Amino acid sequence: MFQTLTSRFAGAFGTLRSRGKISEKDIELAIEEIREALLEADVALAVVESFTENVQNHALEILPTLQAGSNQAEAIYSVVNKELTEILGGGARRIRFAKKPPTVIMLAGLQGAGKTTLAAKLAKFYKDQGETPILIASDLQRPNAVNQLQVVGQSVGVPVFAPEPGNGIGNPVKVARDGVQFATSKLHSMVIIDTAGRLGVDAALMQEAIAIRDAVTPDEILFVVDAMIGQDAVKTAQAFQDGVGFDGVVITKLDGDARGGSALSIAALTGRPIMFASVGEKISDFDIFYPERMASRILGMGDVATLAEQAKKAFDGDTAKKLEDKFSSGEDFTLDDFLEQLEAMSKMGSMGKLLSMLPGAGQMKKQIENFDESEITRTKAIVQSMTPLERRDLKVLNGSRRARIATGSGRKVSDVNALVDKFTAAQKMMKQMRNGGSIPGMPPMPPMPSGMRGPGGAAKAPQKKKSKSGNPAKRALENGSIS
Amino acid sequence: MGLFNRLIAKVRGTSSASAVEWSEIESELLASDLGPTLVSALLAEAKKLPGDDVENAMKEILRSKLSRKSRAISSGDSTQIVLVVGVNGTGKTTSVAKLATRLHEEKQSVLLGAADTFRAAAVDQLTTWGDRIGIETITGKEGAEPASVAFDSAKRAIDENVNYLLIDTAGRLHNKNDLMAELGKVRRVVEKVAPVSEVLLVIDATTGQNGLMQAQIFSEAVEVTGLIVTKLDGSARGGIALAIESSLDIPIKFIGTGEAATDFAAFEPEKYLDGLLA
Ligand SMILES: Nc1nc2c(ncn2[C@@H]2O[C@H](COP(=O)(O)OP(=O)(O)O)[C@@H](O)[C@H]2O)c(=O)[nH]1
Ligand SMILES: [Mg+2]
Repeated sequence: MFQTLTSRFAGAFGTLRSRGKISEKDIELAIEEIREALLEADVALAVVESFTENVQNHALEILPTLQAGSNQAEAIYSVVNKELTEILGGGARRIRFAKKPPTVIMLAGLQGAGKTTLAAKLAKFYKDQGETPILIASDLQRPNAVNQLQVVGQSVGVPVFAPEPGNGIGNPVKVARDGVQFATSKLHSMVIIDTAGRLGVDAALMQEAIAIRDAVTPDEILFVVDAMIGQDAVKTAQAFQDGVGFDGVVITKLDGDARGGSALSIAALTGRPIMFASVGEKISDFDIFYPERMASRILGMGDVATLAEQAKKAFDGDTAKKLEDKFSSGEDFTLDDFLEQLEAMSKMGSMGKLLSMLPGAGQMKKQIENFDESEITRTKAIVQSMTPLERRDLKVLNGSRRARIATGSGRKVSDVNALVDKFTAAQKMMKQMRNGGSIPGMPPMPPMPSGMRGPGGAAKAPQKKKSKSGNPAKRALENGSIS
Repeated sequence: MGLFNRLIAKVRGTSSASAVEWSEIESELLASDLGPTLVSALLAEAKKLPGDDVENAMKEILRSKLSRKSRAISSGDSTQIVLVVGVNGTGKTTSVAKLATRLHEEKQSVLLGAADTFRAAAVDQLTTWGDRIGIETITGKEGAEPASVAFDSAKRAIDENVNYLLIDTAGRLHNKNDLMAELGKVRRVVEKVAPVSEVLLVIDATTGQNGLMQAQIFSEAVEVTGLIVTKLDGSARGGIALAIESSLDIPIKFIGTGEAATDFAAFEPEKYLDGLLA
């Protein structure tokens, strides 16, 4: 999630990091890149402008206090991080529980945002925490929405209050009111009300939402929004805020590859925090939204918790083994394999950073510092912006596809071309190697982006005498790129 | 008069707009979800023109980005099989119902295939629509293979020699490789019975720049032949659809403008462009 936005930021900061002493001009250039990235990520223009202005001001403010050296970029970076976290909602807020149960939660949002599925996820989430939720079927509009709620409610073992068949029949306000009464009498500790999807511009339906609100006085009204929404997020969120009003935001479908910039817009413009994230079709694909984590993620830093999880994956050697098998079985080395390699590498890189903080890691430190992660991130971004077909078959990459990939990854078309050329050459080389008989246990070397040579992207990383790395990508890096 | 028109009016009569005015025009275009790339290209072209012509020129430039392919639904003597695909919640099922209503009113015989066997109550949702229209819906058992339901409906459609078979599919995010492969299989299995004549991708008008990736990947999986842009009754102008047309040459065929079966129309380029620049 937020993948491409992440790589854009990483790109901007990679450039900053490579500078000895950051100048005002450097900051301006980085800000320009951030602006483009945010727009490409569907962040509303108004938010982009005020965000970049704030960052620029703060960055320029602290610039004179910074010493030359690698910490400068980190300092600027933390300005962006802080600004982003603040917009996304500061510290994560939890649901406000009613003093006198039941706690009433009302869901509102556009059609197709994912409210019904979310209602069940929320119920399950709180049921697991010891609450006794009940779902109320107040979407009497969409055909078989009541039905759907009953099915998902049953699947999480939560009762559903559904006195009306729906499909246009029944009064949603009355259902909500009766439902809360029923829940109170049956001592349920929580009520979650599913409502019909409605457009911000639909005055009659907005009035209906207001009537439901007034009938049950919810403790929390949650605005449910699809991560794929574009610039309309602003108008719609505003309309819901001015209409029924809401206390928090839930983003759904974050398991897609949408950049989710709308989340930033909504949080910034309404001042309402994002509280939950829905990340898949399974009921368990749901979590509290962590603004700090998310901001770090957006900025390409990854957070320690995630890092620890990923470290395991990076070190299990599976990737290298898989690649070796593939190579010896005579299959082509594809960009997907390459991506996996890069991923393993960047995980090791971040891991290295973590390790370097441990006492006694001084020896490793130098190598770690020479590892320019941002270049990996940038290369990764290019590959990630390709479709599965493109990754399998580079031949389909015509001009317009290359342009799309460049836009998507925030790189230039020439960067895309360079990667494709190098990759094609490497693929060919590997074929030749294979035909000439490969060295057993020696996996192929993927091509390395040219900038991956330590700080500044100019000097070569100190060449090591002998590779110790079991990871072919890492070893290729140690050996210098084959470009 | 919309904000955009007011801006254009300001620019009119002057030899060229000021930087401030251009930036306002830029933000209006961006607000339509045309995307920063297309917007910069548009502005670069428009800035070369004298102020008087900006409004028409802008429209002309936008018009030139539209696809030249036919916007009519496929037709012929044999059964036309139409696959409706897209990400979750865009309005696929509703669009199937709307298209069926339209064809039914045109005295075409229509059959529905309920190949969304994944989402809870999705089959019922389609069947409810079918009953309302008065046409038959072919269903499988819950949790049945979507490809097998699609196959069965194709066989029935061919046997009964209906004019149209509209197959509803489950929503899927395009970055889920297994689900996209499943969709590819649906198409291949149907084609064992008869060729698929049309694959319509349903795009929600509120979609942002991610729509481009949706269109590209769905096209690779099942060869999309047209778009249905839904929810144009809201405040979103659906500029992403134009971005898709211009980069992938997939024509918009229909638009959805509400939740009722009749809130549906053939795509009219001029109206759409007016809406974009409203
Ligand atoms: N306002 C509006 N709502 C629509 C339109 N098309 C579909 N919807 C609504 O969007 C929601 C999701 O539609 P559905 O057909 O179930 O989406 P699917 O998951 O893609 O099959 C439902 O509440 C529909 O009533 C449209 O053109 N305008
Ligand atoms: Mg559906």
